[in-house]
Order: sequence, then structure tokens, then C-alpha cells
Amino acid sequence: MSEPILNLQGVHTHIGQYHILQGVDLVVPRGALTVLLGRNGAGKTTTLRTIMGLWPPSQGTITFDGQAIGGRATPDIARAGIGYVPESMGVFADLTVAENMRLAARLGAPDAARLDWIFGLFPALKRFWQLPAGLLSGGQKQMLSIARAIVEPKALLLVDEPTKGIAPAIIEGMITAFNELKRERTTILLVEQNFRFAASLGDTVAVMDDGRIVHRSTMQALAADSELQARLLGLSLAAHQ
Amino acid sequence: MTTTSILAAADLSKAPRDLLPVLIAPIMVLVALPLVGSPTTWVTLTVAALAMGMMIFVIASGLTLIFGLMDVLNFGHGAFIAIGAYIAMTVLVPLSGWIQSDALTLNLAALLLAVTAAMVGTGLLGWCFERVIVRPVYGQHLKQILITMGGLIVAEQLIHVAWGGDQKPMPLPNGLRGAITIGDFALEKFRLLAVAVGLTVFTVMQLVLNRTKVGLLIRAGVENREMVEALGYRIRQLFVGVFVAGSALAGLGGTMWALYRETLTAAIGGDVMVMVFIVIIIGGLGSVGGCFLGAILVALMANYTGYLAPKIAVASNILLMVAILMWRPQGLYPVARR
Repeated sequence: MSEPILNLQGVHTHIGQYHILQGVDLVVPRGALTVLLGRNGAGKTTTLRTIMGLWPPSQGTITFDGQAIGGRATPDIARAGIGYVPESMGVFADLTVAENMRLAARLGAPDAARLDWIFGLFPALKRFWQLPAGLLSGGQKQMLSIARAIVEPKALLLVDEPTKGIAPAIIEGMITAFNELKRERTTILLVEQNFRFAASLGDTVAVMDDGRIVHRSTMQALAADSELQARLLGLSLAAHQ
Repeated sequence: MTTTSILAAADLSKAPRDLLPVLIAPIMVLVALPLVGSPTTWVTLTVAALAMGMMIFVIASGLTLIFGLMDVLNFGHGAFIAIGAYIAMTVLVPLSGWIQSDALTLNLAALLLAVTAAMVGTGLLGWCFERVIVRPVYGQHLKQILITMGGLIVAEQLIHVAWGGDQKPMPLPNGLRGAITIGDFALEKFRLLAVAVGLTVFTVMQLVLNRTKVGLLIRAGVENREMVEALGYRIRQLFVGVFVAGSALAGLGGTMWALYRETLTAAIGGDVMVMVFIVIIIGGLGSVGGCFLGAILVALMANYTGYLAPKIAVASNILLMVAILMWRPQGLYPVARR
């Protein structure tokens, strides 16, 4: 397996009085798509937010591309080369699609060739270029959220439940998009509840429970072992599939 | 395909515009005409309302952005209004020769100097206020209210110390006294200037907010500052800039307001803040367009009811706010939230 681009060791996060992450050890290999699975409330979203600096870790180390980023300010972490697609999508509803994309291109105007590539992945964005993002459908907003994160090449992409509440046809489009990103050797850490979607994309997998990583393997190994799936993912497995 | 061609080809869909709230102002103006009776009085009241509305807008626009961008309830905004007015007065008094001159250019030069001094002074004060008073209480609304109210009280007392506690005359330049007569209608010159200043500020703000990257960041930050940071932008620096600009605008508005009243006291900021808060609530917290419309509506209501039914004039804007919030609980142009 290739060297890790992201490494979390013994990460704890408190939100108010709640102790959410209780010693997360997670390794994300460079150029691979790692899926983070787990029940609701296991700490998956908190893990992504902690990596992004949106909730500071109370203990432990987070290393990205050889640099310690734990506790650094969110803008600095983003500038280090990490893109973030939150569960809420985070599109700016009052801004047009074009303005959302322009804002995401922090280093200048969006690159024409890259924009073309993004339009190839998500044609709806081209159609609704001048429309306020708030008027897009849920699936289109998710496309915009992902497109915004990749308008400039990123070393690592954190994606939080992109299929949540999204129509199956759009999920198929997303699989294509993530496969394209994989071909481009973008490292992705994907939090997902939809096991079929996760299994179709993932190279490696980590399963969380009660704020800790309880399993790590290749996705192929987990997908092939239904007993292991049942043990790790429990009753929620049916929902995943 | 180039970016330009992509943008041109993709320009397919435009947003439907919500014009309903905008119609309230002309409806209010038209309804007032038969109630007022005399067209000349109606024009005078309407122009006075527009001038007043523009001044309130200039004061309120910065405050609404400050609230929208960082959730900061700055009850100390009145301090910038008062201090701006006092700085302007301090500049205008020694320039009495220019103010009393018949040459309009000298009048306007004096006014420009006073306004510049007021804006620079309140902008610097705003920078200090944000660092010392507001920064320690980000995200703590109750503490924000208490400490910014405290800041307002301290600022008023410092004005007493620096300029004295008595009411001061605010010298209005000669060329801005009197009225321009068009037929039967007399339009006060200073009110026309106030309308021009308000429209200029609104236009510049719209251009900055819609045509520049800083403006995009402000609009995005008002909506979801966490996501702006996740895109790699340091929103705290942006907020300091908006706070300074908002404070400078309050200084400009305070100067205009004091010139309008031709007197000033340390309490001038606190007096106008009730209307300012009504305006930003009616407009939709964080919305500059809503603030502009809200300011016009509040001023129209205050002027018409002040003439038609003085006994309810004091409560009229509260009633207007209640009516609008019953119709649109988030204000006329609510800002989308995460």
C-alpha cells in the first residue's frame, strides 16, 4: 500500500461536554479512496470536521502530507490542499452557481479546461450557471458542492455522505465522477452510509463505532465478507444496502 | 471551449426576482396622497422621508453586514454615529468662513473634509472597538449585548469629557440651506444631497458586493462563514474590514443626521438606533438590499404618520415591523442560512 497522505493518531474531540472522538487512529493512503463507515453517531462527521479544523482536537496528532495540521485554523488547512464537501453541502444559496465556483477558485479565475472537465462530470451545472444555488435541486446542490471542492486540484478531498437524500440516477453520476477523480489520483476520504455506493468506489475502508476506528481493511475484503459486515455494521446493514 | 464561451453558452437560466416587497414603498406613497390631501405637502413629506431613509440606510447598512457576517449584535454602533458627528463638527467649526461663503464649492469642500475626517476617525475607532471589545465575545450574544452597550455608554461619556455635555450647533453650509422650487413644489437642498449620498452608498455597495471577489466573500460569509473558511479564506480579516467600513459609514450617517437636525448631543447615536434596528430587522438581517428598502419604508411611515396622526407616530414603525414580520418572519429579503 502507498504511503499515507493523512494520518490520525489517538485523536480525541470534545464538543461542549460531549466526548465524541475517543482516540481515532486512521491512515489514508495517497491516491486511494478510503471509505469511513459506521452507524449514525459513531463519529464519522466529527472526524472530517476535526481534520478540517472546524472542531479542534483536544488530544492526538493529525498529519497531512508530512505536516502537523491538528489544531490549525480551517483556512490554513484548506490552503494546505484539502477540499471539503460537508454533509449539508454548504452551497451558498444566494450566490449563483458561477459565483459559487468563482469563490472556490481561490487562486484566480476557474481554469477553462478544468471547468470543461467538471461540466462533463456534472452537465446540470453548466445549464444552471447563472441560477442562484438555492434554487437547485438537492442532487444538483450536491454536484455543485463536489464541483466546488475540485475546481482547483486538491491533494485530499473529504466528502461527507454525498448520497444522502439523493435520487439513484444522480448517485450513478456521482460514481462516475468519483471514478474520474480516482483516475486523476485524487486521494479521497469518503464518509458514507450507502454501502453499495461505498463498495463500488472504495479501495480501503475503516469502520467507526463509539468514536473509535474498530476495523480497517481493503474494501474488497469487507465487501466479500457478509458476516464481517453484519458484525461491524449491525442492524443498519439493511439500510446500507 | 474557452471559459468565456462556456460562460456565454451557459447563460440559460436567470433567477426569478422577488419584487413584491419593493412594491410596498410605491403603494405606501400612493395611499398617502389622498390622505395627505395637498400635493405640495405630500411631495415635501415624501422627499423628507426619502432623505431620512437614505441617512438611516447609510447608518444601518454597516450594522446589518456586521450582524450577518459574524452574528455580532453591536449595540455600540450608536457610538460611531455620535463620534462621527462630533468629529465632523470639530472640522466644520474652524472652517466657518468656507461654510458661510456663498461659493458652493467652498461649502462642499468643507463638508467633504468634515465627512472624510468623520469616516477616518470612526473607521479607526471601529478597528479598536472590534479588537478590544467585540473580539473576546464572538459567539456569545448576551455578552455582546452587554459589552457593546457598555461601549456605547463609555463613548457617550467620553464625548462629554472631550466636547462638553451641552447641546452643540451643527453648522450647515450656506449653499445647502433653503430649497429648490419646481412649480409649486419646494425641495430642500440638504435633503436632495442626503438622497444623492444614500443612493451613491447603495450603488457602491451593490457594485462591491456583486462585482468583486471581496463582495462575493462577504455575501457568502453572511450565509455560511464556516464554509468560506473551509474554502481557504480567512474570514476574521474580512470581518475586521467590514467592521471598519460599517463604522465609517455610521460616521458618515451620523454627520448627515446631525446636519439634518442642525444640532447634536452625545445621545444622537442612541436616539437613532431604535430606527436602525427596526430597519435591519424589517430588511432581513444581513441583507443590504433589504436594509435599503426597510430604511425607506420606516422613513415614509414616520413622516406620513407624523403628519397625519402624530399621536401614533412614535408607535408607527413598531406596527410596521410587526406587520412585515407577520407577513415575512425573516424580513423582506432574508439571507439564506446554512
